[in-house]
Parts: sequence; structure tokens; C-alpha cells
Amino acid sequence: MQTSDRVRTDTGQARIDAEPAGNPPAGLLAGLRRAATGLFAYPVAGPLVALVLILVVFSVTTSTFLNAGNLSLIFQQSVVVGTLALGQTLIILVSGIDLANGAIMVLGMVVAGSIAAGGDPGLGMLVGLAVCVVGASINGLIITRFRLPPFIATLGLFTILTAAARLYTQSRSYPINSDFMTILGEGPSFGLVTITYGSMLWIALTLILAYALNQTAWGVRVYAIGNSPAAARLNGVNVNGVIFSVYALAGVFYAFAGWQALGRTPIADPSGYQIANLDSITAVVIGGTSLFGGRGGVAGTFVGALIVVVLKNGLTQAGIDSLYQQIATGFLVILAVGADQYLGRGQRA
Amino acid sequence: MTTHPTPPLAMQAMGLTKRYGHVVALDGADFELAKGEILAVVGDNGAGKSSLIKVLTGATIPDSGTVFVDGAEVHFKNPLSARLAGIETVYQELAVATQLNIAQNLFLGRELRKPGLRGQIFRQLDKSRMRQQAADHMKNLGIRIQSINQKVETLSGGQRQAVAVARAAAWGKRVVILDEPTAALGVRETNQVLNLITRVRDQGLSVVLISHSMPDVFQIADRIHIHRLGRRAVVVSPKTTSMSDVVGVMTGALPADAVQSSLIAPSPPPETAGP
Repeated sequence: MQTSDRVRTDTGQARIDAEPAGNPPAGLLAGLRRAATGLFAYPVAGPLVALVLILVVFSVTTSTFLNAGNLSLIFQQSVVVGTLALGQTLIILVSGIDLANGAIMVLGMVVAGSIAAGGDPGLGMLVGLAVCVVGASINGLIITRFRLPPFIATLGLFTILTAAARLYTQSRSYPINSDFMTILGEGPSFGLVTITYGSMLWIALTLILAYALNQTAWGVRVYAIGNSPAAARLNGVNVNGVIFSVYALAGVFYAFAGWQALGRTPIADPSGYQIANLDSITAVVIGGTSLFGGRGGVAGTFVGALIVVVLKNGLTQAGIDSLYQQIATGFLVILAVGADQYLGRGQRA
Repeated sequence: MTTHPTPPLAMQAMGLTKRYGHVVALDGADFELAKGEILAVVGDNGAGKSSLIKVLTGATIPDSGTVFVDGAEVHFKNPLSARLAGIETVYQELAVATQLNIAQNLFLGRELRKPGLRGQIFRQLDKSRMRQQAADHMKNLGIRIQSINQKVETLSGGQRQAVAVARAAAWGKRVVILDEPTAALGVRETNQVLNLITRVRDQGLSVVLISHSMPDVFQIADRIHIHRLGRRAVVVSPKTTSMSDVVGVMTGALPADAVQSSLIAPSPPPETAGP
């Protein structure tokens, strides 16, 4: 049924005028607030401004930061967290969170690595993909069917899978000899600049997910569920079905992230990427996606992942201890969530 | 039994019962809704209004009793089957997604895709067609908005309710059920929403209005269904029955046969054909 099917008559009676709810704020502080709120109309603008500022600061304060070689290195350093964060974005958009994504990825990597070590890298890749999708789907199942809070469900799975990867490998790591499994670390070079296939894949995955979120009914429903699950349900959206699909699809991105990781370092190590889950959440949050769900997107996450890596890279170039890098990242997270809380949530019903 | 021409009924229910343990929520309740009317459903708290509405919207399956839509018997299994029969409901809690824009809200759950490969293979939404249809629909209902692309969070409470009503009117082929649509609104916004409801009726839909507000009911209802103790006490016309008499029947201070009945279908209703 479409709205145009019925003939409707306009008798010019009921008028409901649309004025923005609430009074326009006054004063300098309010003006700043309005400008900052305006940035929220283009969610990627805030993180982009932050990234540019950070780039400028490091370019001025260090001599080694601003050159093509280092910038391409930053891109390569971003792909694993960036790809994990794509799946994390989807999950946070439906008001969830995934603490297990790094553990799922690592389990997929070591399973793929062990099978590849047995002589069949193609099969290893497929099984690795399956492990990631199944692992992420277990999250989705626990959350939709048994109604556990995503934080608890994924915290549990994080612990279980981290231990499972060590048990499976007996704490060994598998060096990867297959060219195909490490191909994402390769790519055409132009002098000092290498544009890896992994970087290209990261950009392509971001674009595909942006399309799915902005141009398909599924994407609209993801935002609707994050915004108000009750309203989505009342409007006939299969809320649990969409949430499950979000977790399962995130698993596909974790598999790609694992592939990216083997391209960066060709070793499937069960003790690697311990805090990749927190880094991915950081990238999503700094990228402007609301932890309350329903607002944000993958373009912001792309920028957010770059910010996380630029901060680490730049502070290293400036000769600052890595502990201070963590402190800087922590401040940025608090700043980003605080901005969301004060600018975004105030408008919510 | 005499047969006389009765106005066509959009919806009818007979002998609905529903028990929850020892609690009798519906005790042989009847219901009738004419085509193109606004029927207010009033009753004291605990009279069973909500249970009645839940049966009519498919949210509850009655223990016994029958429901007819356009003269045909129906058995709703869930809200979706009621929706497929052309019955849309606006629930008390605002059923709009505030982060989505007006067009997205109107089409939520029933999005249109682009024709051809872009729609079928790439599942691409036809945003311009949805915007156009949404804008036309809002205009026809006399709801003035700055832009169909406005996020609903930028709208006032009355405007949000208007979007929810417009959505139900867009998809409801036969009946729109409104549960306390003005409960959270101020005077001016209440009037705007009430005007909107009369326009929905004027476009040919039947409206069920559940309300606690007697002034609202007397302002726009064509008939008033008074619910008491799990069943329909009587249906009256606001033209022939005073507000205090309606309240009297509602509370039991006045017997139901003391007011003039405006029932359409003969009561008790005729038995349907046996098996």
C-alpha cells in the first residue's frame, strides 16, 4: 500500500505549524553551543576538525611527522582497528557494544593459521571467516534471545574466547607463509609511499557499509532501533532480527580485520590484539557515534580510527612516552562522549 | 427477526471474553464501529478498555467471542495480522523514532525501494519518492511542516503526535485506533490533534478514540462507547446525551438504560451462519 493510493481532500482546517521545540538560546556560551550542535547535523565534521587540528599540531612540533612516508604508514597502522571498528559501529548504532571483537578476530586468525600450517591456506581462510561469524552470532543470540545486556554478554565471550584461543594453540603462534593470507600488507609503492591492498579494502568496506546504512531499509531500521526500540517494534520492524543481523555482519568485518592483521604481521598469535576491543570502541566514539545508539556512522569511525593512530604515531615522533599516549587517548574518549552527552542528548525526548 | 438496512460496519465484535486467572478483563463485551465515524471509547480505570482495544488490534487473543472486519470474521494472531486487515494503531507512548526524519518515520518498516536493479539487487531506497509521497500526505492532512527531512526530535509534542497519526492514516485502510492521543499535550496542541483526527475521518477512515478527556470526546466523537465492568454498557450520541450522564453511566451512578442508545446493529446481534 502506498500513501498515494487514496484520494485525499484538503479542507484547510487543522494546521500544525512546525517550529523547533524549545526556545532559541541566547548569549556567547549558547552561541558556541549552537555552533557545536550544528556540527552534529554533519556528524563527521567534529572528528574531521579534530583530526586536522592534531595533524597541524604534530606537523609544527615535530620534523618527522609530516611526510608522505609517515602518512602512508599511519594509514597502514589504522587498518586493523579501523576494520574492527566498522563492525563495532554497527553494534553501537543499535545501542550495543562488543568487548569480544578482538578475541573473535584472534580466534579466527589462529584457527586459520593452524589450518594453513597444515598446508591449506584457502580452507584456513574460509574456516577463519566462519569462526568469526559464528563467534559474533553467539553474541547476537545471547543478546536477542536471552536478553542479556550486550556489555555482559560480550565481556563473557571475550574471556571465554581469549582462553579458547590459547588452549587451541597451546599458547603457540603460527607463522604465516601463504602469500594470499598476507597480501593485504602488500601494495603498489610510490617512493616512500605504499598504498596497501589492506588500505584499499578498508576504504572499500567503509563505503559499502556507509551505503548499506544510508541507502537501504535495513540501515534505516538500524538507526530506528538504536533510537527507540519500542517505536521500531510498534512500527512493525523485526527488532531482534535486525539486531542479530548486526552482530552476525560485524563478524564478517572481524574476519576482514584478521586478514588485515596477518598482512601487518604475518603471525597468528593467540596473545595478540588484547586491547583491540577498547581501541575499536575508542575509534567509534571519537568518530562521533553515540554510545546511546541511533546516531553516528562509519564515515566518523573512519576518521576516529585515524585519530587514534595519528595520536600514537605523532606522540611517538615527538618522543613522548607511550603511557602519555594512553593518557591522551583517554582524554579524547571522555571529551568525545562528553560532547555527545551535552550536545546530542539534550535534544532527545 | 426483522431485517432492516443497517449502515455498513467497519468493525464489529460480539461476546468477547478474556480472563487472566481470576481476573475477568472482558466479560462478554460487544463492539461496533461504523464506517467513517469517530467512535470514542470511554470507561473508568479497570473497566477493560485496554483489553478490548488489545483484542481489536491483535495484541491479545480473546478466550471467546468473534471479531468482524467489513462483515467478515477475522482471527487476529498478532498485531501484524490486524495491520494487514487495514487496522492501524497509535499507541499511547509516542511511536516515533526521534532521530529519523518525518518521511523515514512515515515509511518505517514499509520502505519503498527504487525500481529495477538498483532496488532489487542493491536494495537501494527510493528516498525521493518516499519524500514526495510523505509531503503530499502531510499536506492533504493539513499538517504544515518546514521540511519533510526534519528530524522528528526538532518537532514539538503535538507535531510528533501528528506524525504518528499521519502514519496510521497513511497505512490504515479501514480503521485507525488512537490510544489517548492528547494525554501529554497542551490545550493548543490538543486542538490541533483533534482537528487532525476529524480530517482523518473526513477522508473516509473509521476512527476509534480512547480518551479520558470528556471535553475532547464531546468535541469530536460521533458516538460514544461506554465501557463498564468488562463489557459495553451502552453506546450514546454526544448530541443527545450530556457529559454528566456519560460520566454517570461510566461510574455506575446512572443505569445504562436511562440514556438513549445509539446502537446501529440490532442488539443482541444476529447469530452468524452455523457451521
